Amino acid sequence: MKWDEFFVTGEPMIYAADVSIVLVSLAIVIGLTYFKKWGYLWREWLTTVDHKKIGIMYILSALIMLFRGGVDALLMRAQLATPDSKFLDAQHYNEIFTTHGVIMILFMAMPFVIGMMNVVVPLQIGARDVAFPRLNAVSFWMFFMGAMLFNISFVIGGSPDAGWSAYFPLASLEFSPTVGNNYYSLALQISGIGTLMTGVNFIVTILKMRAPGMKLMRMPMFTWSVLITNVIILFAFPVLTVALALMMFDRVFGSQFFTMANGGMDMLWANLFWVWGHPEVYIVILPAFGIFSDIISTFSKKNLYGYKSMVVSMVAISVLSFLVWAHHFYTMGQGAMVNGFFSITTMAIAVPTGVKIFNWLFTLRKGKISFTSPMLYAMGFIPIFTIGGVTGVMLAMASADYQYHNTMFLVAHFHYVLIPGTVFGVLAGMHYWFPKMFGFRLNERLAKTAFWLIIVGFNVAFMPLFFLGLNGMTRRMYTYSASTGYGPLNMIATIGALILAVGFVVLCYNFFYSFRHSPRNEGGDPWDARTLEWSTPSPVPVYNFAKVPVVHSEDAFWHAKKHNVPLYEEGPYEEIHMPNNSGQPFILGVIMFFLGFFLVFSWFIPAIIAGVGVIIMLAVRSFERDHGYHIPPKEIAATEQKLRGDTV
Amino acid sequence: MKKKRWLFSLIFISVVMLLSGCDTKLMVLDPKGPVAKTQSNTIIFSILMMALVLIVVYILYIFMLTKYRASKTPDDYEPPHMEGSKWLEFIWTAIPIIIVAILSVVTVRTTYAVEKVPAGYEDQKPLVIYASSSNWKWHFSYPEEGIETVNYVNIPTHRPVEFRLYSYGPISSFWVPQLGGQKYAMSDMITKLNLVAEHEGSYMGKNSNFSGKGFAQMEFEVLAQSPADYTKWVKEVQQTAPKLTEQEFNSVLHTDFVGRKSYSSTHLKFSAPPMDMSEHGHGGDNSTDSKESGKDSADHMQDMGDMKDMNDHSSMEHGH
Amino acid sequence: MKINDTLPLEYRTEENSNKIFGFWLFLGAEIVLFSTLFAVYFTLWNRTGNGPTGKELFEVGGVIWETFLLLTSSFTCGLGIHAMRLGLKKPMMIFFVVTLLMGLGFLGIEITEFVNYVHEGATLQTSAFLSSLFVLLGTHGLHVTMGILWGAGILIQVGRQGFTDETANKSFIFSLYWHFLDVVWIFIFSFVYLKGLM
Repeated sequence: MKWDEFFVTGEPMIYAADVSIVLVSLAIVIGLTYFKKWGYLWREWLTTVDHKKIGIMYILSALIMLFRGGVDALLMRAQLATPDSKFLDAQHYNEIFTTHGVIMILFMAMPFVIGMMNVVVPLQIGARDVAFPRLNAVSFWMFFMGAMLFNISFVIGGSPDAGWSAYFPLASLEFSPTVGNNYYSLALQISGIGTLMTGVNFIVTILKMRAPGMKLMRMPMFTWSVLITNVIILFAFPVLTVALALMMFDRVFGSQFFTMANGGMDMLWANLFWVWGHPEVYIVILPAFGIFSDIISTFSKKNLYGYKSMVVSMVAISVLSFLVWAHHFYTMGQGAMVNGFFSITTMAIAVPTGVKIFNWLFTLRKGKISFTSPMLYAMGFIPIFTIGGVTGVMLAMASADYQYHNTMFLVAHFHYVLIPGTVFGVLAGMHYWFPKMFGFRLNERLAKTAFWLIIVGFNVAFMPLFFLGLNGMTRRMYTYSASTGYGPLNMIATIGALILAVGFVVLCYNFFYSFRHSPRNEGGDPWDARTLEWSTPSPVPVYNFAKVPVVHSEDAFWHAKKHNVPLYEEGPYEEIHMPNNSGQPFILGVIMFFLGFFLVFSWFIPAIIAGVGVIIMLAVRSFERDHGYHIPPKEIAATEQKLRGDTV
Repeated sequence: MKKKRWLFSLIFISVVMLLSGCDTKLMVLDPKGPVAKTQSNTIIFSILMMALVLIVVYILYIFMLTKYRASKTPDDYEPPHMEGSKWLEFIWTAIPIIIVAILSVVTVRTTYAVEKVPAGYEDQKPLVIYASSSNWKWHFSYPEEGIETVNYVNIPTHRPVEFRLYSYGPISSFWVPQLGGQKYAMSDMITKLNLVAEHEGSYMGKNSNFSGKGFAQMEFEVLAQSPADYTKWVKEVQQTAPKLTEQEFNSVLHTDFVGRKSYSSTHLKFSAPPMDMSEHGHGGDNSTDSKESGKDSADHMQDMGDMKDMNDHSSMEHGH
Repeated sequence: MKINDTLPLEYRTEENSNKIFGFWLFLGAEIVLFSTLFAVYFTLWNRTGNGPTGKELFEVGGVIWETFLLLTSSFTCGLGIHAMRLGLKKPMMIFFVVTLLMGLGFLGIEITEFVNYVHEGATLQTSAFLSSLFVLLGTHGLHVTMGILWGAGILIQVGRQGFTDETANKSFIFSLYWHFLDVVWIFIFSFVYLKGLM
């Protein structure tokens, strides 16, 4: 391979990206050295096993990826704003919508959601950490290195260009000869394994590590949603693991799973991909439902309406999510009977989802609603998501789907589901739990400005796409002629995308503004909230709870506040056992990165060396005898005194 | 909060206006044949049903948000603890189930309807056209007429047309929005699409499934002609167009963009289409007649493998 | 740390019982993984292209030996855990050594078989059927390999430290894993080899 094939060349935008990557890396290195922060970075972040810090790192990575995916989106919208535009060529456009999809789903939505789980779930159930803190760090570094591997593709070797669903035979070596889709299979594989481990970790955490008295039916709704989500992860991700492995075998080792000759079957890929892909949608949306449930209840000053039916509906959604995958390809010719079956299962999902919408609306009833920034996102979610939901029912009807499939109507639909669902969900959660993570709230005025820009921009950007789709505009076309008449609506959509982008800029500016100006003395419970995490001081000490809380009812903290029942038993502190930090997860992640990178380029000898490195890391972990450390009662008392100004 | 209500009513009104205003212009809702007509009716029916749902949710939403705002309640107001109501929860489970049931019936009936030859046309002998895609063109073979076209297809009105779809490369999707919904064209099986044009005219057809660099240009014209004009056109092509040689076909296959072409013979003889899964028979020129239900599927797979080798146009040497 | 003395050693601490539960969940994910591979195999098994079919390829002899070795090793692994519960270090280690040796034997036969296939011109690249066969068997074989390495590591730790709640926990989890591989093999034996030979 020649160097000019190794590095992507010939594109001014890529050169600009090269330069900016080098400059940013240099700035980071110089900054860390100048401020003598290398040790701090290593000790406090890279080696941490603390679920709160891991959660923050997930969220930070997700925000960076949101920026990358957002830039991709803006480039696409810029290209489509006018007919016959020459801004991007076909290949570049194809790469951009592919990376936009992959990054937004797998490297933005997933880590954002998992970050929220990490920060919040142990606090909500009264645990000191997740069940396997070290494994949690491994999960994070696998995700992070997978994301980095995917991101370097656009400067080294070329990005994948076959869409985020990478349908074969288009994604085969024959029709996509660059290494782009090798990156796809390996980067997703590495981060997918991390996600699977997260699934195991959180199921054990939630089922086994709840505080005394926290029965399953007393858990906060977010914790419930996380439990169900992780069960879906556990059953869905192995399918992705297999699909990606077969893809890698086809592309790197010349096997014949999805090829066009020797018995290969392209339809098999589509099936495997969507058997994972549809549950994946619920993996990113159920936790958002949980976040909205907690937020709506908190800011209506009421308990969640229909708690039991909320749980049952989530379980129903999770089961149904595995029975609908073929609705992604009704047009594959499987006949009216199969399509009819999948139409009905798909529409059936509307029933439990509708139950949730009505329960949220009735939670508001007779409440005392305050429109804080998290609540605004939750209230923005309901009407917009309902549009996404009802268009979903329309798409579920196979006969009609023959006309919507692959069009902008579909694009509009899933953005109407995923943006109000997942993105508003995690943004609401971020504003809501921000004081728990950092000890201060985000500025409300700026947060609300950002919200209104985002919600207006979103609708202006995506509403026109419904009509473009019905007018025959297909997705993924890099250009269209003026005679199609698609021009004006596309221009409106681009303007909407710009408003949306401004909204995100304001949202990010708010971090800096609030870091400098927000008050720091608001205590552990600035929102007058209901669940256990708010009974801890903000920011939360490393051990979370000085004493393990005792739960007497649903909304445990609210109950304790209203009825003056102590959450914590009287008596002196006891020693707390904590896990040690470790550099191993980070090192393992780095080795996995190189293993993936070498396989992308079919450099087998370095790959084997990296593979041996992985086995050595596993052996090191097996032989390690690390029993953690203990925090003495005196130190706990001192910490609590400092954070709360009193003893519990 | 006025801002928000204003915003949502604006969105709602604009949706209604766009829907009613564009009704006649939006391609999918401007059908020119019975299949597209069924689909357009299904879509409009589902929009109305869903609008009903949206209205209920929006009314409840606006009601809750205006009535129970903290600024409207006294400072010492303590919201009550409410567990949920069996009756209410039953209602908002049962009504969606009824709606879904109605939509399911409509879906299943219309899905069967659009898969079959449209009602009223069953006793006519369909015009068979093989439509195959390659990067980035559409080839149309008329086996009975013995002609082939590239990137345009002429059909007679009021006669059922059976498109048999397959691909020489990535999965593509054959779509003529004003005549009916799309279907995939794939390399290892034939799929069928039954369409009828009831109005003469030129309609846009395209590949709607992303298939690489030339995807955006992969459009074709469907010209629906009166039967007399159609017969005239067929004769003209048979008499004036050159024969399609294997060499010529391969060169077209490997050229990215070729414009329109016409030939007085088809590629089906030397480059047979894959087998037809839907009828459990062989692909090829006379697949309508071959219903050899006695053969077991393993044999079919074997046949298909052979056929694949025959028309394997690509070099499978994946060197690294 | 909460310790419940009524439970077997490997379950005694809360952390250990979490680990066992977590491993069961992991095995759940593994079941999905192998089910998917089986589904792929069943979809592609008669798509042999120009390559040989299963009937032409499979030989009974080696497969019977593989099955015998793996099934017996699962039994000796169980005996090892029984010995551990009785606190008998040496018998436990002997049973585990026997288990791992039989695992090695299994691997040896499987690799020979693969080499034979390749010599007959049946490679990963030949046909969809062979791709799915090699990947299904290979994934199982890779699991056995990892199991042998892991088991050897645990044996060393038991040898050095005796039965602690940690080593007992690891040994027990290893035994779950090993039994699981046995179950997967029974499916491979029935639905790949027997079905292929019929």
